[in-house]
Amino acid sequence: MTMLHTLSISELSARLARKELSSVELTRFFLSRIERLSPALNALITVTAEQALQGAQAADRRRAAGENGPLLGIPLIHKDIFCTDGVRTSCGSRMLDNFIAPYDATVVARLKAAGAVMLAKANMDEFAMGSSNETSYYGPVKNPWNTAKVPGGSSGGSAAATAARLTPFATGTDTGGSIRQPAALTGVTGVKPTYGRVSRYGMIAFASSLDQAGVFARSAADAAMVLQVMAGFDPKDSTSVETPVPDYSATLDEPLKGLKIGLLREFFDGLEPHNAALIQDALKVYRALGATTQEVSLPHLPLSVPTYYVVAPAECSSNLSRFDGVRFGHRCEAPKDLMDLYKRSRGEGFGAEVKRRIMTGTYVLSAGYFDAYYLKAQKVRRLITDDFRAAFGQVDLLIGPTTPTPAFDIGAKIDDPVTMYLNDIYTIGANLAGLPGLSLPCGFVDELPMGLQLIGPHFSEAKLLNAAHRFQTATDWHRHTPRGYE
Amino acid sequence: MTDWEVVIGLEIHAQLATRSKIFSGSATAYGAPPNTQANLVDLAYPGVLPVLNAEAVRMAVKFGLSIGAAVARRSVFARKNYFYPDLPKGYQISQYELPVVQQGKLEVMLDDGTVKIVGITRAHLEEDAGKSMHEGLPNASGIDLNRAGTPLLEIVSEPDMRSAKEAVAYMKKIHTLVRYLEICDGNMQEGSFRCDANVSVRPRGREKFGTRAEIKNLNSFRFVEKAIHYEVARQIELIEGGGTVVQETRLYDSDKDETRPMRSKEEANDYRYFPDPDLLPLQITEEFIEAVRATLPELPDAKAARFAHDFGLSAYDAGVLSASRELGAYFEAVLAELGAAHAKLTANWVMGELSSALNRDNLNIADSRASPAALAALLARIVDETISGKIAKEVFEAMWSEGQAADAIIDAKGLKQITDSGAIEGVIDAVIAANPKQLADYRSGKDKLFGFFVGQVMKATAGKANPAQLNELLKTKLAGGA
Repeated sequence: MTMLHTLSISELSARLARKELSSVELTRFFLSRIERLSPALNALITVTAEQALQGAQAADRRRAAGENGPLLGIPLIHKDIFCTDGVRTSCGSRMLDNFIAPYDATVVARLKAAGAVMLAKANMDEFAMGSSNETSYYGPVKNPWNTAKVPGGSSGGSAAATAARLTPFATGTDTGGSIRQPAALTGVTGVKPTYGRVSRYGMIAFASSLDQAGVFARSAADAAMVLQVMAGFDPKDSTSVETPVPDYSATLDEPLKGLKIGLLREFFDGLEPHNAALIQDALKVYRALGATTQEVSLPHLPLSVPTYYVVAPAECSSNLSRFDGVRFGHRCEAPKDLMDLYKRSRGEGFGAEVKRRIMTGTYVLSAGYFDAYYLKAQKVRRLITDDFRAAFGQVDLLIGPTTPTPAFDIGAKIDDPVTMYLNDIYTIGANLAGLPGLSLPCGFVDELPMGLQLIGPHFSEAKLLNAAHRFQTATDWHRHTPRGYE
Repeated sequence: MTDWEVVIGLEIHAQLATRSKIFSGSATAYGAPPNTQANLVDLAYPGVLPVLNAEAVRMAVKFGLSIGAAVARRSVFARKNYFYPDLPKGYQISQYELPVVQQGKLEVMLDDGTVKIVGITRAHLEEDAGKSMHEGLPNASGIDLNRAGTPLLEIVSEPDMRSAKEAVAYMKKIHTLVRYLEICDGNMQEGSFRCDANVSVRPRGREKFGTRAEIKNLNSFRFVEKAIHYEVARQIELIEGGGTVVQETRLYDSDKDETRPMRSKEEANDYRYFPDPDLLPLQITEEFIEAVRATLPELPDAKAARFAHDFGLSAYDAGVLSASRELGAYFEAVLAELGAAHAKLTANWVMGELSSALNRDNLNIADSRASPAALAALLARIVDETISGKIAKEVFEAMWSEGQAADAIIDAKGLKQITDSGAIEGVIDAVIAANPKQLADYRSGKDKLFGFFVGQVMKATAGKANPAQLNELLKTKLAGGA
């Protein structure tokens, strides 16, 4: 019983199926772990113990009635960006500190329907804008590997909670790397699916053309089970795609013989030597598994960070206009007129990073600047997408680092936005091109975990999970657990 | 004195008659209690997304086909960003650079019978905003979001109109068209059909347009005409007084019959349009367009041409009778009973007695108290000379107020026409005998007295003498014949 946090989702599921364990017991176990370990990490904004136990009881009843889904009765944590009916959905912002969502996001509804039990809502960078989880109104999340370090962001709470074994898995969202980067910095497996693979309905929008929901788990095999439930067309999201969802678990063990892996010259140029060495070790594993490697080039990829920091703020400046103090969320005290209501509600409700991006976005969309910034960025985005397409004409997958460095100190970069933005240098390209990406643990630098990133063509999640799973069958980096959380 | 030429372009907003909103499933019915037809999407709750209503697209395409426009195979929804409490998302979803309907034109018949061609630059789909309410709420403003997200088709004309009358004729034609197509109920009081007028003046002969003012939210034909008249006079007076017109948005105040600035240029919004990333570009296939084309009704111009050609009606009559689908259908239903040979008679009655009775009682043609069959039965009695046209009017009034059939009224009131020559001759003889002086005058050349004798005979027969027979017999008798 005490070791339940070390078990995989399929092992837990098997125990539940054999009635050796009830969902209520499992849920209580994780709730008590949360109670004991979460405060030091500040990984969670809202713990929903009561609802969790009700959900667990419901799962047990369904199990007793003969139902046997793989996630039935399995606990999870949702990033606080997903609307959860009747539960505060803060998006890490003072603006929504008082916001009780009146409906479930599609991701939440699907997981609920599969019988997964929500334990809590995870801390995150405010409105998913950040790479360190330091922009949260609820304070920074600490990295379980070293609490002086950031866990990455924006899904820092989900990553830290998964790494600390406070939950078998957690949901996240990835706009420029917000799943892969924190997964890398906390030593867990994170999957950002193809844009359109998972519904965005009910996921509070940051940059609509880039946002994609995904999963944090301790292994690719676990992630496959969760993604199976999350993925699929949603008529409520016009950008979700009506492509059949393959059985992700069925192809996990397929051999990698003949797999053509592309190494992005642009990722390896100037890569920090310890990081580079880990990647080279990982490539040896893949070659041993029968894959071949070759260098490929994406000439426009170095433009991805500036492109992203035009497109994403532009969309966010518009997406966040609805937070005006009129219908929901923070409203200033005693506004003297409409303009005062807007200015103070938004001025008080939003933090510095969110304001910075709203202003940047407003600027790049303004008359006289639109062509030079927004339109130019869209053109570069197209070129980057074309580069990826050309690369996937030669290779099956691209492999490289997820981040330039391991987790950095809390406070080290928060006052230097440009340095902070460069953290996402390896992850942003996949968002701009709408491609699926996956980060998995591949070793340690300075006793901190590092991630290996896989990027595939559109809708190649099954291949990414297969390649990640084979790596995890051959190595044990994903089994390393931060001290104190074993 | 400069001879000024007026230049007008209209932006007409037609509310599409879909059951649900353009991007959400809420109902669009008018007049519901505030905020009862606003769901989470309309309220712009965090996380919600728009989903395009296919019916709105179908209606826009229908309109495009009806004006011979190009229907864009690919059009794009854009966000128009501005803050206002009745705009919950902080942006309006509209179409900006790539509208669904591009480059059409419309023929408009003017009062003098000439035909004016007005270019239609574009028509695009967009959502309406909600409504702010300031009355009855001390120190507060209310917001009703029932209307937020209602689908609109904004129809933008070229600056092709040269007078307020032309502008009104064009607007009426669009009004007719959208109701024909059944894509808009045309109800102007409820705001389902309204327009903004862009007005400028220039010295006649000059090619360059003058600076224009945009008069917002005109919701009646009369206001359009009056607002343009006022604005034109204002601009001319301003220029002739040495001033210049500034480009601005103005509001028409119907109580004072004047336009005045809504906001100054300094307050002008930068709308920061950009493609809405929540909606994919709207792709319209050839099959879809053809399927919509198959649902097009006979359009007003085609109907008017057919009426003129098949029934020998004047262009004016044909135009009036095809101005609404219901009126045209009524007219044709009467003809179906009566026979196409009597189209002119039917046209006169539908446009005359029937229309004035409807107007008087403020009724729509659908609620007419005389059905097409009932009117046809009445007209049949004129055709077979049972009654005269004059008596028929009396019968019609009785039909209208009492709801009885024409024949029953004719019988009950003894209005049947006298067609017995002997009887008519008898009356003529008596009238001639009683008026020897007039007879003598007539015979000495005072032809005008013929009317006097007709009148006397009609008086004696209570109007029932068959007029044609009477004329013929009277002529012979007065000439001294047998």
